[in-house]
Amino acid sequence: MPRLFDLAGTIRSKNAGVDHVTFDIIFVDRAAYDRVNTSGVLTRETVARLFGVSGDDVTHFVHVEAAPAVKFTLRRPRPSGDPGETDVFGSQQYPPLFDIEVP
Amino acid sequence: MDRMTLLSPTGHLGFTPIESGSFRAGAARRPDAYVADSGSCDIGPYPLGADEQHSPVEWQRYDLDLMLTAAREQEVPMIIGSASDTGSNRGVDLFVRLIEDIARSRRLGPFRLAAVYAEVSRDAVLQRMRHQPLVGLGGRPALTPEIVERTDHIVAMMGTEPIIRALDAGADVVICGRSCDDAIFAALPLRAGFSRALSFHLGKVLECASLCAEPFMAKETVLGTITRDAVEFEPMHAGQRCTPASVISHSMYEREDPYTHAVPGGALDLQACLYEALDERRTRVAGARWIPAPAYAVKLEGAGRVGSRAFAFAALRDPHAIRLIDQMERWARAKVEERHGPSGPGGYELFFRVFGRDGVLGAREPHPEVTGHEVALMIEAVAPTDDEAAAIAALAQRNFFFARFPGLRGTAGTAALPVDEVLLGRPAFSWTINHLLPLDDPCELFPMRLLDVGAAVR
Repeated sequence: MPRLFDLAGTIRSKNAGVDHVTFDIIFVDRAAYDRVNTSGVLTRETVARLFGVSGDDVTHFVHVEAAPAVKFTLRRPRPSGDPGETDVFGSQQYPPLFDIEVP
Repeated sequence: MDRMTLLSPTGHLGFTPIESGSFRAGAARRPDAYVADSGSCDIGPYPLGADEQHSPVEWQRYDLDLMLTAAREQEVPMIIGSASDTGSNRGVDLFVRLIEDIARSRRLGPFRLAAVYAEVSRDAVLQRMRHQPLVGLGGRPALTPEIVERTDHIVAMMGTEPIIRALDAGADVVICGRSCDDAIFAALPLRAGFSRALSFHLGKVLECASLCAEPFMAKETVLGTITRDAVEFEPMHAGQRCTPASVISHSMYEREDPYTHAVPGGALDLQACLYEALDERRTRVAGARWIPAPAYAVKLEGAGRVGSRAFAFAALRDPHAIRLIDQMERWARAKVEERHGPSGPGGYELFFRVFGRDGVLGAREPHPEVTGHEVALMIEAVAPTDDEAAAIAALAQRNFFFARFPGLRGTAGTAALPVDEVLLGRPAFSWTINHLLPLDDPCELFPMRLLDVGAAVR
């Protein structure tokens, strides 16, 4: 079964301001995008479960047809750069998405 | 004017030096202005809180020199946003000095320089809060006087209006304090009568320069052109292309929402955009819409000192130790508590990042187990004084070295210490303010100073 890694050309995470990290999954083509959306493995609920956060912490979950891409945004546990913070730019939060299996 | 072309050489002036090859290729096209942003909240709260630059002054000077020399030779405007990483008064004054110095050494001038400031005092914020509550962004609660009191520096993010005021005053070079990065690009086309939606869309795509092109390259120059009905983008590095996909992809970049971008005075709506490849390397976009805000407001950013900060490192190779790492952490914490009391607000904070398990994602790691044969620990202590922070970090590290657990074979130290020392870091700061401040006049918080530079040289 292919993984999200195989179907997306870009999977990235980055700060969106000081209180959020945003994730962009940009698909290699429309067939890949449609396949993922039809499968139901990439939704607001599945990403909340993957990162162990509540649904309220997923502040945006949007389909960008023109790209085609799926974009979602998580509220940070603490503002970027706070004591104890692990990723000031939010740039390495995406790898858990790689292993999502897409039927 | 039916077309206006802006040159964007970098997404963060000074962060790493501009690549001069594509910059010169762009300059040879004789753009109508040179525009660059120099600040970001991505770099964490320290630079604003401590009011220091994040990038070497030499790199900032190098980038300003390239832009100023080209802009003055061609006698077109140059606009810099969020001067020197933070956009505080220090940043604006530093860039003004650098511009004056470059003008002197290059014998440029005469020209008019506008410095537009964006720092706001605690008292000014407290006074405004008495009249109306300041709404938090990103789900933060409304601002309280207590939060303002523990903030060291506050900047407001200006829109296009203070920049247009500077251009109206005859400025050839505008150095802005903290500013909306889209607005520093939108100011010139707006002033020339282009649509507000397209002016901000131009800024949205250009603000990170070559990141709107593919393949990925940073600090390369991009040209953006606004017409009456669209915006167009062309990279100046021969190996890059602005394709519909690369421009759409950048529209999503580092924004919470892919379609709606809030800026001072309203929001840019990209939902109905149409992307068209003009050729292999240029893309044109039409259809941006402008949604006016019910009231004009600017974003306030503030950072405050939390305490002194010290780091220590330890590494584990013993599989029993690795399996019992949580127990070791509890032991080390208990030993720190014996001497320093419980951690918490007003006292100290102690963090253990376990690399090899969940050092990058923390509580959000879906697989918080160790699969390798060694792990590294970064210990961080934040406390009211340097001495306390250093003592707490050292005590935590040494109690990883002297941890007690069943199955232990090595009785001469339970951790490897790559360095048996504590590293005193810069003080810890926090983003305390990320709130909206309504304004009656978009220019009221942003005083301007005009200087005539280089006049005596000729």
